[in-house]
Amino acid sequence: MKNRSLVSINDYTKEEYLKILDLAEEFEKQPKQNLLEKYVVATLFFEPSTRTRLSFESAASQLGAKVIGFSDATNSSVSKGESLKDTIMTVANYSDIIVMRHPREGSARFASEVSKVPIINAGDGGNQHPTQCLLDMYSIRKTQGNLDNLNVAFVGDLKYGRTVHSLVMAMCNFQTTFHLVSPIELKLPSYVKMHIKNNNLNYFQYTDLMDVMETADIIYMTRIQRERFSDPIEYEKVKNAYILSADMLTNCKPNMRILHPLPRVNEITVDVDSTNQAYYFKQALNGVYVRQALLASILGVK
Amino acid sequence: MENTNIRKELVVSAIENGTVIDHIPTKSVFRVVKMLNLELCDEKVTIGYNLESKKYGKKGIIKVSDHYFKDIDANKISLVAPSATLITIKNFQVVSKRQVEIPDNIEQFVKCVNPNCITNHQQITTKFQVIDKLDLKLQCKYCEKITGKNNIEIN
Repeated sequence: MKNRSLVSINDYTKEEYLKILDLAEEFEKQPKQNLLEKYVVATLFFEPSTRTRLSFESAASQLGAKVIGFSDATNSSVSKGESLKDTIMTVANYSDIIVMRHPREGSARFASEVSKVPIINAGDGGNQHPTQCLLDMYSIRKTQGNLDNLNVAFVGDLKYGRTVHSLVMAMCNFQTTFHLVSPIELKLPSYVKMHIKNNNLNYFQYTDLMDVMETADIIYMTRIQRERFSDPIEYEKVKNAYILSADMLTNCKPNMRILHPLPRVNEITVDVDSTNQAYYFKQALNGVYVRQALLASILGVK
Repeated sequence: MENTNIRKELVVSAIENGTVIDHIPTKSVFRVVKMLNLELCDEKVTIGYNLESKKYGKKGIIKVSDHYFKDIDANKISLVAPSATLITIKNFQVVSKRQVEIPDNIEQFVKCVNPNCITNHQQITTKFQVIDKLDLKLQCKYCEKITGKNNIEIN
């Protein structure tokens, strides 16, 4: 993985991302190591994403790296009209690796073509967000002991949620049974379902969240956004149907854990936070270890 | 009178040197003309459509004098008229004949259908992988979205 960009989750093989997960476990045990003392990590956030940026910067800082970059394109040369190519080529002169988030889809792939240092995609529009996918897998493995033969339920907006698409595709490597809970308007796109079928795996579709409560090992919640509906009445009809509250968890499996890419709005009620099933805050912390593992592997120190 | 008519038709049909694009689906003829910018061409151009074809029922044909198409043009033609044949004529003789072929990868000339693709916002050459040649589907190498035959835009 040394010097290789990570743009899409498909850039890595199953073995490669398992290696990242193993390495992340090492960092979880010992997150502060001076491995990257001699390195400069650039974080270029062409659109703000505080959570992802801080997670990367925390990961880099705890390994001793220096961090440079910007958190918003409005106060950088981009606002003067500089092209993405020029920004990337310039910053590649100042850093050993570039972490970037950009609102346009395909921007990270393009950056990886023009940059002389490796790129980590921290989200390119609605396209890819591979580090989110890796931390989700890390969280699943951590809570279930392994990744194989699990019943994973995805709930909410399965149509537009890129984290859902990437995670479904990645979990197809592990004999997963997929339980897809969404309003009719927001069903998982057919190309993702084809991917499940092509791997000879099963998926089941539901509109009622309670239908998966007794079978799921993982419930992956997502937010349903009003702007996804062409008809506001349709939104009003479904908006409360995909809210998870503590009283719904009575019959869930004891090993079941709830994940959420965050930020949540109201799709998981606050009373769930104190249950054994809540894992979403720990999930966010896992992001730091996974990003440490990526930085260390790509920079070639691990 | 009859004789002159026959002569006229011969003048239109045959070219001394140049290229004949044959077996174009009749409906795609003007798309091919536009794509190759033939309306700006200074040479003699003959365009025919709804012509009889043993193979396809009806076909279109474009003849361009003193002009030979590059590979990139053949690739463009293949996307809208995959059945087309390119015939090179020299001195009234057919010197080569080949069917256009949809390439595995396409660079330049096709616009990505995704309005939020980086290639539609910065000066970047588009790149696609052809993932389905029969029911034409091109996958953008940048945004990974699929441009299908119904929304393909060729420059």
